[in-house]
Amino acid sequence: MRFVFKTDYNQDIKLLKHGGYWWSYGVLLAVMIAAPYLVGSYLQSQMVFVFIYAIVGVALIILTGFTGQASLGHAAFLAIGAYTAGFMQSKGIPFIVYFPAAAIITGAVGAMVGFPALRLSGIYLVIATIAFAFIVEEILARWESVTHGNEGMRVRTIDLLGQPIPRDGDAFYFLCLLVLVGSILLALNLLRSPTGRAFIAIRDSETAGKSMGIDLAGYKVKSFAISAALTGMAGVLFAHKMSFISPEMFTLLLSIEFIMVIIIGGAFGVHGAVLGAIFIVMVDPFLTALKDDVPVLGASLASSLGMSPEGAGKLRETMSSIGSAAGLKGAIYGLIIMMFILFEPYGLYGRWLKVKLFFQLFPLYKKATFKRQKTYVKSERNR
Amino acid sequence: MSFFTVDGISLQFGGLKAVDSVSFSVEKGEIFTIIGPNGAGKTSIFNLISRLYDPTSGKLFFEGRDITEIPAHQIAKLGIARTFQNIELFENATMLANLLVGRHCHATTQLWQEILFLPSVRRAEKEHRRKVEEVIEFLDLQPYREKLIAGLPYGVRKVVEVARALCSEPKLILLDEPSSGLNVEETDDMSFWIRDIRTELGVTVLMVEHDMSLVNRVSDRVLALNYGKVLASGTPAEVQAHPDVIAAYLGT
Repeated sequence: MRFVFKTDYNQDIKLLKHGGYWWSYGVLLAVMIAAPYLVGSYLQSQMVFVFIYAIVGVALIILTGFTGQASLGHAAFLAIGAYTAGFMQSKGIPFIVYFPAAAIITGAVGAMVGFPALRLSGIYLVIATIAFAFIVEEILARWESVTHGNEGMRVRTIDLLGQPIPRDGDAFYFLCLLVLVGSILLALNLLRSPTGRAFIAIRDSETAGKSMGIDLAGYKVKSFAISAALTGMAGVLFAHKMSFISPEMFTLLLSIEFIMVIIIGGAFGVHGAVLGAIFIVMVDPFLTALKDDVPVLGASLASSLGMSPEGAGKLRETMSSIGSAAGLKGAIYGLIIMMFILFEPYGLYGRWLKVKLFFQLFPLYKKATFKRQKTYVKSERNR
Repeated sequence: MSFFTVDGISLQFGGLKAVDSVSFSVEKGEIFTIIGPNGAGKTSIFNLISRLYDPTSGKLFFEGRDITEIPAHQIAKLGIARTFQNIELFENATMLANLLVGRHCHATTQLWQEILFLPSVRRAEKEHRRKVEEVIEFLDLQPYREKLIAGLPYGVRKVVEVARALCSEPKLILLDEPSSGLNVEETDDMSFWIRDIRTELGVTVLMVEHDMSLVNRVSDRVLALNYGKVLASGTPAEVQAHPDVIAAYLGT
């Protein structure tokens, strides 16, 4: 077990608390930089999606994990970023201008959405953000002069100061990696400064926060704006990666996927965004493979156990019809969320910390280390 | 003008008068206690002072300034900090983070500076951290710095709440039942700390308390309330001997 002996207040402030982290994060970064030269183009493309989802995950962790304001409208912020990019690019505005512009516009919309949040909390806020997402979806479908409506919109290759960045190339991968690392650093900086602590205060006790001098309205709006701006940046990258955007790409299901990123990854730390994004992006090809392979596997297993060929064929048909049933993906997603909330509310990152502690303390780890502690009644009167 | 004055303040919830034209004033460096049976309006007065409630009528003056219209989040900056009867700590944060939130009213850094974590932010953070450390030392909270509040025992949480209030460097501290839920030893510690807060830190203390032995030990003056009205005020002995107070507690 490592004990960090503290002699300086800087040690509480710095991000990498001890030398071991320099090693592990250095190796991780080196692997990420080397990855395009090591993995195939399919996996590289999936990794780009992991980065984009992780940026949205970081945004949601700031808003939901740290400020305690749930949102099911982040697909709409992604859409606003994506359409800003598409529209501005079609007007000949360079990437270096429309990338920050998308962040600013989405941030401003986020601040506007933040205002109703001053009066709403919990499930009502979720409903309000869903309503917002539907409004945005509808606007995208109807505002044809800008968005081309349901026909959708082609987004051309990024032109960075005369240098094209094709969506399948290594440069695009590094651009996404850079934006992800940047947003993680931004989030971490925020969380170790007064604003981040104000967010945590709002999450845990609004009354106490107010009495400690925190302007609830201001910080809630700030949290929404920051979260939306990050999502808008992810939206620009998303638009270029897809090369075609249309309103039906930004549905409620996408917002639910984003919420899943932080529930599965763990909403209490920025690590969760990345872990959750890996899970969500990689679960889709896994499910597709499962859909194709399980019926064949089941049928051959059944026939090897002595089932007649007709029976095995019937079984295979039944299984593949279940596998291709509409809404199965949503059902599986729902099941995964339920499992995580019931058995690992701290997500993959929480599980990782527990495993790490087990090895650090070996053989002294106690089974009850992470048992829920008794919580005391809180005053509801001042809410 | 007194240090802190409550002038004829009333609070009405529909037909119920929770606080009924209460007036009192607290002098600088005093330990002033409000007592009264359950539902007498003690915590309501605290919530009025920290501006969580808007008074129906009456005024509040702090250092000669009318604070009746000031929004709740600016009260801490003026120098009034408080604790809560049922502990309102930030459960899923470390004790250090909780105390640093107490420094929030002294935060000067802007959002864009914080996002880049400029040297000015680092300097400010270290200064906050140093101030917090002073409070940690004052209240003997050293073992709990990195501990999550959710895992701390009740008695420690009570002290952490006082510490958080002290981190804002208040001139007036409102303690809402500092000894509720504490055992005899912890109550003793609390009584020493309350006196130290006054004598060593020079902070004026206004508290609500039920434990009469604690009240007698620390208070300079006591105000007794019942049904939102003032029954008596004076030294602890005077108030306890007052016939109305005895009637309120024992029934007539």
